[in-house]
Amino acid sequence: MSTVAEQNLPVVNALRVVLYEGQGADALDSAERNSLLNGLLDSGYAVTCARDGGTLSAPDESPLMVLGRFHEGAAPAIADAEDRVDVFTQDITSLATEAVLERVRFVREQTALRVPGEWHPWFPVIDYDRCTNCMQCLSFCLFGVYDVSNEDKIQVRNEDQCKTNCPACSRVCPEAAIMFPKYRSGPVNGEEVSDEGVEREKMKVDISALLGGDIYQKLRDRSDQAKERFAKERDETVALKERKRCLVEMQKDMDIPMEALMSLPSPDEIQRRAAEAKQKADDAIARRMRDRDGNYAEDGLKG
Amino acid sequence: MTEKPCLLYCHCAYAKVVPEETRREVLKRLNDAGVAFEAVPDLCEMSARKDPALERLAATGAIRIAACYPRAVKWLFHAAGAPLGDDQTEILNMRVQTGDDVADAMCRTGEASS
Ligand code: SF4
Ligand code: SF4
Repeated sequence: MSTVAEQNLPVVNALRVVLYEGQGADALDSAERNSLLNGLLDSGYAVTCARDGGTLSAPDESPLMVLGRFHEGAAPAIADAEDRVDVFTQDITSLATEAVLERVRFVREQTALRVPGEWHPWFPVIDYDRCTNCMQCLSFCLFGVYDVSNEDKIQVRNEDQCKTNCPACSRVCPEAAIMFPKYRSGPVNGEEVSDEGVEREKMKVDISALLGGDIYQKLRDRSDQAKERFAKERDETVALKERKRCLVEMQKDMDIPMEALMSLPSPDEIQRRAAEAKQKADDAIARRMRDRDGNYAEDGLKG
Repeated sequence: MTEKPCLLYCHCAYAKVVPEETRREVLKRLNDAGVAFEAVPDLCEMSARKDPALERLAATGAIRIAACYPRAVKWLFHAAGAPLGDDQTEILNMRVQTGDDVADAMCRTGEASS
């Protein structure tokens, strides 16, 4: 598994809100708690409902904002004995949900914590029980979402470079090991994979291969033609139309959103990126083979 | 799963893949059950961000999660460097189960099946 330090997205803590109903505070009524929970979650905050009974997770280093109906209407000042965690308290007696959310937002802004919901979380997740480390996804993706770990294992490194709603790389995985949890259908959404599912996914790859050898080649060919015409006619709209026509076919084959296809770079850049990704994949595979052969040789010597 | 499990609810805030009535129903039932629980806006976002909260949640040991497909949830935690213990984890799927079924399973007492 890759270490967190290898990842691209920065480790960013989020504000953890605690709805406190223990000693020194009155219980919230059910409707109030429900409204607060929905409001906080809709706004992107993690919430701990602290009541008697049940197991809660220990604090990490994320700042805490403790909300409660504190006795005498005054929130106590709380500090972490180990000075690791910033703790903010807020009395919410007689505050409506909107006013509470406003206070929470204020604290989040003061602490420069992660802004919830700024990025639509769409990215591939690898099922390593299925993955055979064949690196096809790495060779396929032009946006640098995949990379190789220090142990030469495929990994998702740049989640935020993935094109929203585009599940194309899951179609090239021969093992149906790539999931997009927010995708509409299985097995890409994480549904258990049946043999039939693997076949279906494979078929999609075959279809696109049949249509153009490889889809980037197909795209390149079409775009080259378009470029040629563009050069001759100096008519941007014709080139764009041609590109769109080719893209519509691919869109249908692989369920790729038009916006993702339209954001593909120029044919030359596609070629360069595809070659770079393929080289990376080939290098990782070669290193793995060398290691494996080395291990065999060592075992042979030992034996 | 022998100890009292930590209850974790995922609100799937940034997509419409979990039916809204199911989510609201499960959250309401947890709220009314009178037990402590953890709720997060979107496990997917937390996984991509490598949010340290996932590590603390995985570290609770026994855990019961209301989210989506168990395979997706398992590897989302893994991707964040916070693998869930296989025999201590139960994942309920709000994409296919009814709100009532998920809430019943989340709120029941006694040992959990994984
Ligand atoms: S294409 Fe699939 S099996 Fe191959 S490395 Fe990528 S995730 Fe693993
Ligand atoms: S883990 Fe499942 S339920 Fe939670 S945010 Fe991701 S897709 Fe939605």
